[in-house]
Amino acid sequence: MNPRFLLLFAAGAIFGFGLALSGMTDPGRVVGFLDVAGAWDPALLFVMGGAVSTIGLGVVIWRKLRGNAGWFGTKLPAREEDPIDRRLVLGSLVFGIGWGISGFCPGPAIANLASWRTEALIFVPAMAVGMLLARVGFKADCD
Amino acid sequence: MPDLNHAFVRALAGGVLIGLASLLVLLATGKIAGISGMLSRMLRPRSGDTAWRLVFLVGLVAGAALAFSWIESAAVYRPVRSLAAIGVAGLLVGFGTRVGGGCTSGHGVSGIGQGSKSSFVATLVFVLAGMATVFVLHHTRWGVAP
Repeated sequence: MNPRFLLLFAAGAIFGFGLALSGMTDPGRVVGFLDVAGAWDPALLFVMGGAVSTIGLGVVIWRKLRGNAGWFGTKLPAREEDPIDRRLVLGSLVFGIGWGISGFCPGPAIANLASWRTEALIFVPAMAVGMLLARVGFKADCD
Repeated sequence: MPDLNHAFVRALAGGVLIGLASLLVLLATGKIAGISGMLSRMLRPRSGDTAWRLVFLVGLVAGAALAFSWIESAAVYRPVRSLAAIGVAGLLVGFGTRVGGGCTSGHGVSGIGQGSKSSFVATLVFVLAGMATVFVLHHTRWGVAP
């Protein structure tokens, strides 16, 4: 098998394992984190802290050692900033509302396909439709 | 061996794995490991651009399946809404993540991890919007039964 694909499969598996291990695949726990006025559950702060510091540290160390060269002839992208504009804010707002309603964001919803959860089987296709609407109406991902 | 059934330990360990996987994707593809972006770009396949994303997402499902079967506490699953509400939420999440340019992984992990200001703003907005939504649904009279 193509070694790059093997690596990416492994990366996907590590990601999915991490999501499930962390509790992100339990919508009840996610809503517990968002429920600051109720029995607030801070555990997801640890997920974010662990993830952000691992990739942050990893990228800094890698760039120090190897510059912009990735694996398989890949070039790491120059640090670029999306503009902080209405799209970014309104899109994220709509996403947050859907996240608060359901307790699902894209990764955990897809991860829950592993156990054939009814909610995931409904959420993921609906999410795909939403993405197509974003493309048709707002030219998202047309680059 | 730390107690993997303690919620904070699991959260931190899971987070480190998510960060590590995101780093691997960045090094192997030069792209941000954003789940919403991967799915969205697979819906409009282009040559050379789809296969690695599919491989990653299949791996993601496989990794989750492993954790669900190996670790009792990873399999905990408590849905919070009716299936109709889940459908509406799916539409909002799909639409919002793509207009906003990312989700919890792309903005929240890879973006913030690399010091992106816009990702920080996006994450702040979707976390606060999520909190406001849960507040309205759970603590006000506009709240609906699940």
